[in-house]
Parts: sequence; C-alpha cells; structure tokens
Amino acid sequence: MIAYTITLNNKRKKYNPTPKPTIFPEEVNLMLDDIPEEEFLYKGNTACAGCSAMLALRYILKAAGPNTIIVNPACCSTVCQGTFPKSAYGVPVLNIAFAAAAAAADGIASAARNKGKNVVVFAGDGGTVDIGIQSLSGAIERNANILYVCYDNEAYSNTGMQKSGSTPYGAITTTTPTGRQDSKKDIDLIIMAHRPKYMASASAAYPKDLYAKVQKALSIEGTKFIHVQCPCPPGWRYSTEKSVELGKLAVKCGMWFLFEYEDGKLTLNAPTKAALKRPAPLEDYVRPQGRFKGVNLERLQKEVDEGMGRIRDMANLDALEKAKEATQ
Amino acid sequence: MKKMATGNQAAAFAVKEADVEVVAAYPITPQTEVVETIANLVETKKMNASYIRVESEHSAMAACIGASASGARAFTATSSHGLLYMHEMIHWAAGARLPIVMANVNRAVGPAWNIWAEHTDSLSQRDTGWMQFYAATVQEVYDTVLMSFKLAEKVNLPCMVNLDGFILSHAIQPLEVTSPGDFIPPIDLPHALDTNSPMSYGNLTGPNDYFKFRRAMHDAMKEADVECRAIEKEFAERFGRKYTPLMEYRTEDADTVIVGMGTMAREAEVAVDVLRKEGIKAGSIRVRQFRPFPKLDLKGKKVIVLDRDCSFGAGGILAQEIRFHHDVPVYNIIAGLGGQDVRYETIADLVRKAKPEGEFWLGVD
Repeated sequence: MIAYTITLNNKRKKYNPTPKPTIFPEEVNLMLDDIPEEEFLYKGNTACAGCSAMLALRYILKAAGPNTIIVNPACCSTVCQGTFPKSAYGVPVLNIAFAAAAAAADGIASAARNKGKNVVVFAGDGGTVDIGIQSLSGAIERNANILYVCYDNEAYSNTGMQKSGSTPYGAITTTTPTGRQDSKKDIDLIIMAHRPKYMASASAAYPKDLYAKVQKALSIEGTKFIHVQCPCPPGWRYSTEKSVELGKLAVKCGMWFLFEYEDGKLTLNAPTKAALKRPAPLEDYVRPQGRFKGVNLERLQKEVDEGMGRIRDMANLDALEKAKEATQ
Repeated sequence: MKKMATGNQAAAFAVKEADVEVVAAYPITPQTEVVETIANLVETKKMNASYIRVESEHSAMAACIGASASGARAFTATSSHGLLYMHEMIHWAAGARLPIVMANVNRAVGPAWNIWAEHTDSLSQRDTGWMQFYAATVQEVYDTVLMSFKLAEKVNLPCMVNLDGFILSHAIQPLEVTSPGDFIPPIDLPHALDTNSPMSYGNLTGPNDYFKFRRAMHDAMKEADVECRAIEKEFAERFGRKYTPLMEYRTEDADTVIVGMGTMAREAEVAVDVLRKEGIKAGSIRVRQFRPFPKLDLKGKKVIVLDRDCSFGAGGILAQEIRFHHDVPVYNIIAGLGGQDVRYETIADLVRKAKPEGEFWLGVD
C-alpha cells in the first residue's frame, strides 16, 4: 500500500479545446457553445448546496483542460474533492498544507519534466490573503510559472465561517459575532505591487468571463493570479438558489470588480465599467444576506464608494472617458 | 578525484553527482555554504537542476514536496530554526511518501541565539517518518548523501543527513569525489502526479485507511533497515568505503562502551585509545543510523551514552533510545550543547569517573 492512490469515479471523455475568444479583454465575446462540454469536475463532489466555488472550478477546469495539475491547500476544496478512495476532480491533485500552496506549485512547475503542463493552485481566501501570503509573495517574486486562483468566499468557510482577511466590514462571522469592525485586506493591491505577468479579478457569477481569463492566463509564461469572488450560502447566510444572483449584485453595486491587470495597466471589464457609471443600490446586495444583519449601511457604502474611487483612479477611467468624449 | 573540502561542500558535491532535478534553498548559518555551493554549480552550468530561491524553509520543503510528488529528485539543506520552521512540511513529505533528501547541519536552538553544534534540532524531528543519519567525517557526508538518494527512492521515505555545525560543516578534510555511475538508478516514483492518470493525493481520508497509511510508513522504516544494508554492501564493493548503522571501535573485548553520535563519537574513539593504554577495556559505538534505530550489543557492558541534546524532563534523547531498546543500565552524559568543546581527554576522564547509572551534565554538575 503506497501513499495516497485515489480512484476516480468517472471516466475521462475526449477533450476538444476551443479557439480563444476573439474580442478580449474589453468584452468577453464568448458563446456558451465555445466552452467545451467535457467536465473535469464530476458529480459526487461533496460541496454544499449552492456552492459557487465549485461553479468557478468547473469553468476553470474546462478552460485548463486535462494537461493540468491542481495544487490544493487546506480549504473548502479539500473537502469538495470527496473522501478517499474517490475524487471528483478529473485532473491530478496534490493536497498540501495550508501555507504551502504557491511554493509546492512552484516545485512542480520548476521540475523539467513538467514543462508545458498547467500548474494551477486552487486556494481559498484564508490560504491566500492570510496564512499563505508569504509563499504566494515569494512565488510571484520569482515569477514561478503557475496560475494561482484564489476563490474568495470572504471567510474561513471550511472551518465554519470564521473571519478572514478577506471578510468585508460589517459581516457577521463566528469570530466576529457582532459584525466585523475593521476593513478587509486589499489582496489585489498587494498582488499588483509584485507586478505579476497577469492578474485578473473575476466572479463565479460570470463564468464566461472567468473561463476566458483562465484561458488567457494559461497562455502566458510566469506567475498569473486570478481572484474569484464565490458567494457562499452557509457563510453569507442566504438561500442556496441565490449564489449567482448575489455574485452579479456584488459586481453591480461596486463591491466586487471585474478587471485585468497586465504590464502595469489595469483594464476594467464591461460589467464593472457599467457599475462604476451607475452602481446598483448596495441595499439590494446586503439585504438577502444574514451576515450583514444590523450592518451600518452608511459606513459600508462609504467603503464601497472609496473602493470604486480607487479602481477608477487605477484604471485611469476619468481620463479615458474624457479622451473618448473628445474624439466623439 | 581527491580534493580538500568542507562538510558543507561535500554535501553539495554529492547532490551534483546524484543528478538532482530540483533544489529549493533558503540560507541559514551554518548550512548556507551547501546551498551557495549548489547555486554556483547550477549557475556555472556544472549542474543541470532547477534552483528555487524560496522565501522560507517552510516553502523550501513545500517546493521539494511539489517537485518530488511530480516524480522529480529533490534536495534541500537547512539547520536548526530552519528545520523547525519547516516542521509541518517535514511531516507532510514523509506522509506523502516522497523520497526527498535533506542535509541538516546540526545547530543549537534559541533562545539564546547560538549557532554552534547541537543535535536537539534534528532529534526533535525524530517522529516525523524521516530516516536519519549522522555523519562524522567529510567523506562520510558525501557518501551518506549519495546512499540516501538510493535508499529513499527504494522505500519511498525521505532521508535526513545530519552533520555537526562548524565542527564538521566547516572542517576541511580530504574528500574522494566518487562519480556514482549507475549506483543511483533513475528515479521512478510509483505514485507521481500524472496528467494521463489523474489521481488525488492526500485528500480527506477516514480513520481506517489513514491508519493503514501510517502502518505502511512504519513498515517502510523496517524495510529501510534491510535495504540500507544491501546499499552499504554495494557501496563498499563499488567504492571501497564501508559503512554500517553502528560504527564500532575496539568493542570486541570491551567491558565499557561509549555510545554517541556525530563528531563527538569520533572524539570518543580517541578517548578509547587513551583508556586502553591505562588498561581500561573501553570501546565505542557511533550510532550512524538513528532512524530506523538499530539494535546495539550491550549485554554485560558498562554503557556510557554521550548526548549532544536534551529532552527536558527526560534527559538525553540517544540515552532514551538506548534504554527503550535495551535492558541495560545507562550512564548518560549531556555534553556539547550549544557547541561546547568536548575533547577526548575530557571524555576519557568522564569514563574513568562514570557511575554505573545516572545523568551528568558536563560543565554544570
């Protein structure tokens, strides 16, 4: 009996990679038909009902295809794989300790034998913005040839919804039972300061956008980072059918952004551009979520406004709009 | 080819000869020369390996785990606090059954800050599932690293090669740099990550299967004890240098034996010569292989154990191992902590005054 040998409960189907989307990144001009039917996330995964992290992973794996190795630190995905001797993931997975994902992925990517393979970290927000930030920082600095995906459900959901660095102001968690009093850590700015080859912010509620971003990231040599917001029904305390709706509302009210960052330039994607012009009422996003019960909406709105201001400045949006007006 | 080299350089040269694919490195005194030497070999194209300059020892071992899990031969070196910082990953490497080889330059653990030789760092990793060897000469460092790759890849357990900080890591001795030829066969990890055969490694596992995995590690340690003898035999036949788990000196007719590890146990061999001249029938046993722990022949002998380490509240760690495996009274001398200089005259004197049983702290008691 040797180590951890896991059998799969599904047989692999033929994988037909699709051509890359033509118009990108301004808008994702991608039809659902362009996304391969082949599944690499199988039935029988042990995620909670309504888990949008699995929705994200489904499209990430469709984009990455079978020539992929997943590195999985301690997080919800540790459980979602299913228990020994089964796995619901159709690609090889190396499970690794909480703080070690980026370094372990770099170890795989650095071995000559793995040249040409996609090495993808699938890590939660705690494993990324908190305990794993050191190894992630080191890996980006070395320009490790990996794609690091942080699926962000804004708490330590796997251990029972404790506050993480990614938990927003006001949110109730089991370690902030009266609502978080301080503000979340802006991991995107921290990552940008490392000047990675490619970085994007995405959402499980926009799977085509996510699919296109993963495809693009994997065409680039060096470190890529994709930050995906994944609404979590038990963590955010809403009913399970609302995951996609809330993911979209987060973008529409300006609490989450869809953007790409390449060569020092930040480009906003269409839904975020629209949101910055006319944001949806924050209350629409907050009301269905039990975690925001009793939140100081005014202060939360102030934080959201500040965030929108920051991203406008970074994307140089005002200057771009002026230039566009001038040419019209 | 014969050259003069330090213990650190010997470890690095062996890594070069072993055709390692990935080296992950983080500096710490007194280990740093190992990874510096390898960096130089890689950058001057004398060695074909990926060299990952990680930001911590935790990541050094994590990177080795990633590389090794994908089937590549991986190496790192560390010392003291570095070893302790990677402790979580040391367990992980063994549990994942990865044949990683690591050189650990034995150094005291703070506080207070102290960079000199002590075995407490590696002995505190005793229960992690790593094989452990303790070298006493520069040549032995080189030879043990070479043999460790072969052994680790045979039984799929990681292996730690220990050498005393400064006393051996920085000592310059003659070194025969032997090209191993096909002594170490190409690595072929049976459970390597393979995109053509997707498997999950290390996912959630219930008690019954988990229990079996742990038993398999224990069995692999027993297997290592057998395999290592065959590897030592082959090494001696090919290269003429003989190693055994216990390096015995004048023990045949001895009624008193000094048991120790690393360089202090070599010093004990000189003490044995001194004592023999006085008519004391002394011998010494240097425990070279600490995990799996070998059986010593101590029946009817006065046993003096030298420990360059301590488990507070229990005493010397080597002495504990001896007591656990052998029903003999032990006189335990704790000596050399934090790099305390322990000369053969001192050891001889301690043997002359030794009681049949008890504990003695050199320089304190």
